[in-house]
Amino acid sequence: MIKEMICVACPLGCQLKVTLDENDAVTNVTGNTCKRGVEYAHTECTNPTRSLTTTVKVEGGRLPVIPVKSSAALPKGLLFESMSVINDTCIKAPVKIGDVVVKNILNSGIDILATAPIDVCN
Amino acid sequence: MNSTLKYDLVVIGGGPAGMAAALEAKKNGVGKIIILERAETLGGILEQCIHTGFGLHYFGEELSGPEYAHKFIELVEQSDIDVKTDTMVISISKERMVTAVNNQDGFIQIDATAVILAMGCRERARGALDIAGSRASGVMTAGAAQKFVNIDGYMPGKKIVILGSGDIGLIMARRMTLEGAQVKMVCELMPYSGGLTRNIVQCLDDFDIPLKLSCTVIEVHGTERVEGITIAQVDENRNVIDGTQEFVECDTLLLSVGLIPENELSKQIDIDMDPITSGPVVNEMRQTSLPGVFACGNVLQVHDLVDYVTTESQIAGLGAAKYISNPNNDDSRYAFTKGGDGVRYIVPQKVNINSKEEIKLYFRVADVYLKSKFVVSVGDEVLIEKRKQKFAPGEMENATLTLEMLEKIKENDEIVISIKER
Repeated sequence: MIKEMICVACPLGCQLKVTLDENDAVTNVTGNTCKRGVEYAHTECTNPTRSLTTTVKVEGGRLPVIPVKSSAALPKGLLFESMSVINDTCIKAPVKIGDVVVKNILNSGIDILATAPIDVCN
Repeated sequence: MNSTLKYDLVVIGGGPAGMAAALEAKKNGVGKIIILERAETLGGILEQCIHTGFGLHYFGEELSGPEYAHKFIELVEQSDIDVKTDTMVISISKERMVTAVNNQDGFIQIDATAVILAMGCRERARGALDIAGSRASGVMTAGAAQKFVNIDGYMPGKKIVILGSGDIGLIMARRMTLEGAQVKMVCELMPYSGGLTRNIVQCLDDFDIPLKLSCTVIEVHGTERVEGITIAQVDENRNVIDGTQEFVECDTLLLSVGLIPENELSKQIDIDMDPITSGPVVNEMRQTSLPGVFACGNVLQVHDLVDYVTTESQIAGLGAAKYISNPNNDDSRYAFTKGGDGVRYIVPQKVNINSKEEIKLYFRVADVYLKSKFVVSVGDEVLIEKRKQKFAPGEMENATLTLEMLEKIKENDEIVISIKER
């Protein structure tokens, strides 16, 4: 099977043609202009990951939500499940940048961290 | 308050540009500095840009917008730079008298030795687009929706169409999808996207959101709330092709159709404006045509990377510091930059050939060019040639004039950058 994809390793955006065998293993990559294209094709075909940024509810702060991010890229398949865990979470002000909002989300080994501070507000 | 305040430097705008400029001026010995910010907090638009991708150039790490902003907010807080938030500057005069209002002080007048304009930009809204149809609620800019979701914590719609494929539009397609909305499509008037390719992959392809190129929205339907829109294909002259009209059901239309530098204050003091950038004409220190008034960040030219805003604003901060220490010492002799074939604009528009430092020129191309090069030349002499796989209007390019090159340039010369095939 031949899969077409755009490499996102740099802003160039090479159009890759990736050949997969019957076990979905990558056998050939064309269309890349550097070796990072080959690496990208392998990760993308075996375990694609994406970093997640969203917001989480906060009580007692100046604003109703604060921004958060995953401490590392999450497997793509876990994005929506992670979203529902985060959307069911509510934290209390004050919060500092880097505070852990959800530890080891969905047993992925990845934490969800606050990316903005918020003070207590009356 | 009736008394006039006296400051060495007034910075208008407390976003990334204003903060970096103020900090750099402080570092270079400027005494009394004040930042005037219209919003409740410092940070500007970065506060609502919660996605990552900021800081790769400047900090060498990938940060979210708020993280990037807070690195500068902390530095400002640690310094003796004064800050007034919730403060709206209503006018500036040619004598650099800045008039502002806020709830605490009422009416404020500040006599400034130098002023840095760092007001940023705003989004083009529906009124600029000539889309027919009703005024149903549910039509808003992508940035407004971003604020609703990321700052205020609620969703402005469930079934979304986005017009415009610049980075803000793409980022919002992903954001709304993650929060459970159905993003039906992103329409783009041009035959190519204005956004970064990686954003098309990560924000659209990942969620199977179609990107319709050479396609626009021609009508909004609905009375109280948007009930749908009509889209149509356009030809190479961007005219609607009859017969391609199609109804798309949705309750929200997000517009990501360009940014306009907010230069209302700049126009009050009659400084020279560049019709292409919609920002002031500046020299290599980002000084406008009125000595002592500088401009940086999105008010000068719309940037795609905040890292470049920071760098540009530091230049303006240094320029202001030099001016303040010696306002009447100007031995500048200028050459002028000019976009040649395939180059829409260059900032700065003029450069002092007596400059003791090398000068970086920033420019944008007019179209997508593959396997081409840019050429910087003066008359018949080629100063710089650089090959690239791809040039795109969405990605700002730069070229550095070294001191040796500056020596070859004479007063009033034209420095031309053009794109050539190779």
